[in-house]
Amino acid sequence: MAALVELGHTAEIPAGGSFLVTEVGAAPIVTPETFTEEQRMYYRTAAQFTKEKVLTQAEAIERKNVAVLRGLLSEAGALGLLMIDVPEAYGGLGADKTTSMLVAEASSMLGSWSVTIGAHTGIGSLPIVWFGNAEQKARYLPKLATGEKVAAYALTETGSGSDALGAKTKAVLSADGKHYVLNGAKQFITNAAFADVFVVFAKVDGEKFTGFIVDRDTPGFSVGPEEHKMGIRGSSTCAIVFEDAKVPVENVLGEIGKGHRIAFNILNLGRLKLGVGVIGGMKHTLEAALRYAADRRQFKTPILQFGLIREKLARMATAIYAVESMAYRTAGLIDARLARHDKTAADYDQKTIEAIEQYAVEASILKVFGSEALGMVVDEAVQIHGGYGFTEEFPVERAYRDARINRIFEGTNEINRMLLVGMLLKKAMKGELPLLDFAQAIDEELMHRNLPRSSGGDELAEAALTAELVKRMAVYATKVAVETFGPEIEQHQEILGAIADVVMDAFALDSMIARTRQASADGALDPLRVAMVKHFALEAQPRSHERARRALMATAEGDALTTHLKKLALLDHFVPYQPTALRETIVQAAEHQGAYPFGY
Amino acid sequence: MKILVTAKRVEDPESKIKVKPDGTGIVQEGLKYKINPFDEIAVEEGLRLVAKHGGEVVVVSIGGKEVHEQLRHALAMGAHKAVWVNHTGPLDQMGVAGLLQKVVEKEKPDLVILGKQSIDDDQNQVGQYLAEWLGWGQATFASKAESFDSENEKNKVPALVVGADNKTVRVVREVDGGLATVECQLPAVVTTDLRLNQPRYASLPGIMKAKSKPIEELIPAGLGVDVTPKLTVTKMSAPPARKAGIKVPDVATLVEKLKTEAKVI
Repeated sequence: MAALVELGHTAEIPAGGSFLVTEVGAAPIVTPETFTEEQRMYYRTAAQFTKEKVLTQAEAIERKNVAVLRGLLSEAGALGLLMIDVPEAYGGLGADKTTSMLVAEASSMLGSWSVTIGAHTGIGSLPIVWFGNAEQKARYLPKLATGEKVAAYALTETGSGSDALGAKTKAVLSADGKHYVLNGAKQFITNAAFADVFVVFAKVDGEKFTGFIVDRDTPGFSVGPEEHKMGIRGSSTCAIVFEDAKVPVENVLGEIGKGHRIAFNILNLGRLKLGVGVIGGMKHTLEAALRYAADRRQFKTPILQFGLIREKLARMATAIYAVESMAYRTAGLIDARLARHDKTAADYDQKTIEAIEQYAVEASILKVFGSEALGMVVDEAVQIHGGYGFTEEFPVERAYRDARINRIFEGTNEINRMLLVGMLLKKAMKGELPLLDFAQAIDEELMHRNLPRSSGGDELAEAALTAELVKRMAVYATKVAVETFGPEIEQHQEILGAIADVVMDAFALDSMIARTRQASADGALDPLRVAMVKHFALEAQPRSHERARRALMATAEGDALTTHLKKLALLDHFVPYQPTALRETIVQAAEHQGAYPFGY
Repeated sequence: MKILVTAKRVEDPESKIKVKPDGTGIVQEGLKYKINPFDEIAVEEGLRLVAKHGGEVVVVSIGGKEVHEQLRHALAMGAHKAVWVNHTGPLDQMGVAGLLQKVVEKEKPDLVILGKQSIDDDQNQVGQYLAEWLGWGQATFASKAESFDSENEKNKVPALVVGADNKTVRVVREVDGGLATVECQLPAVVTTDLRLNQPRYASLPGIMKAKSKPIEELIPAGLGVDVTPKLTVTKMSAPPARKAGIKVPDVATLVEKLKTEAKVI
């Protein structure tokens, strides 16, 4: 927010998805290097709390001692960690989204805690912040902000997961018009064991999908037993059941029949937060891996000295740089939009929803890319620990199990891959994103062999060219698919999935290069950051080419396919870097600090 | 009561500290910094005393603009205002004590609380110099007899006991082999040991409020103190790396080795 302004960004704020159609560095971005002193302080308090209060009680939490979790929520509340997104008028901080993301990151060192605090402050409280009326806000928010009350969110049912609107829970207005009578059940409800307030979705008269605020003591409402999960075992996950549960009409959240607006907008933020949240888990896991690799000796040598171990560590650190660069860029864009509105205005909540919705493509990317990056990091951390990583003695075993859910909840990665391409197309159709113009321009470039060339300006000129061409690969494959299938493209999931992969790598490359250049604006580029960009490009570029090729192969055949593949080959800009030298630059820095080298 | 506390900027002990190959100092690249933990305890004690007796806590730090980070941290914990002595370059313990003396003369606190030492060079001298130069009583290594699980600690009761007439302070000191209780006339200088209290976190609302709290800037030249160091650091070196241990087959060998090799018995 302030950082964007300081960077001279006073003109138009880039639209969601615009990274795909503009050049690297088209507009200044928010990065960890531009965090304000205040934002860093918020982060430090949250990180200190997680390290000293949460991690020290990890065993009790994992044994499902829900009293410990509930106590931690109260302590977190006393510190203000639960009030960030609650407006000042209702006892909150009304802070910016970057702060909210930083605290989410700091909380994610333990999966069970991350999910617990995230469910309360995010999906649990935000529906009331955004869609509650003044009376509902006054009734609930001050207590949710301090942790006196805990919130939960109930959307999923046994029969409706990804197909959230297919919910069966029904609400019928009572004869006296004072209550809605709810019947049905919700599945996998985080914080259910101790939550006081549940945001529940049910269909009024079996048709109109609607949000309700349900108090725990509502007659006819009950909470089922704990699920026994693969990971995040300490977090509470239960079914909740409604048997003629009488919910006062005052507790209808938003408009009747408009529950989908609540559900989908909450998911947009949830995805973004998940993508940010994984950063904390990745950093924490990298530290454990570095520590173990330095201590563990085989063949009279610390295994940290072995090339294949160092390669893993370099990949882990690089993945963190990638996710960080995308995550805080996106949070910064939302804050830049919000900074233009008056926090106390009546339509501020609506503006917040719109600002977040604007970057729904980025949110989906972060959800998918972030959860898969985390998956890679915990997997390699277990591998570095060898047999010991397979025992409960080391926290990486838990981190490995805890990470898995991230690819599933907040919309599976499959759903999000399809969504993110679908949303890009929708934005293009609505004229919000000049995707079609760009596709045409690419056609021209390809026809006249007039493709972008390396500017030769700095150390990253070649990588930047790679980024521009990866964007073109994504857009070219999209164009061919849309021309071939029209609206039917939605049915071709493998094509959308392959394109999504290219779009994600394009966003990562663009964000990493822009950040690296910005961080070194006063002179030579930082060799460590440059090494990370190159290390990433080394894998992302061929991967993108392969995915784009796959999309085209699933779209066209015969001569047409041959032509498309030839054109795609023109966009293939692979730069051979020396991988050992790159990983040495990265690992030596991580080794020196015993951690991800750009901590805040 | 007006209480002056200190907030020195030190390397975060969680950072890996490495000595430069040429021994002129430590590698600062990538280092994180924080408030000296002993000073953080001083801030906490000051806040508890003020909560009980009323008054204000003034926090002071010496250094370049970067020490604002530590001042803001103390302000976010609850200190009321900050004094920034804008000085860059080397400074020895006498320089620090000299500057603090001027700040004390200007602020006129009833009590000065400092960390007993800072965790970077561990000198443990500033509090003593300051008290001597001010001509005030001093109680170093303030501690408390109770454990951190006690009700008093939970309720943030100050460990320093100020007399009813606000003229004395009673301090439990950690000394070799036990605790000693001393009473000083106010104004006085107290330095804190680790077991005095558990400092509070900077809460999020506290951080937000700290933004609007004042930081007053002072320039050493304007204070009339000569801070030219009388002490110079000629060389820094890392402690020798620990040698790998050995396993002994039985107690007899252990005793033998302790006698002949370790020469400790």
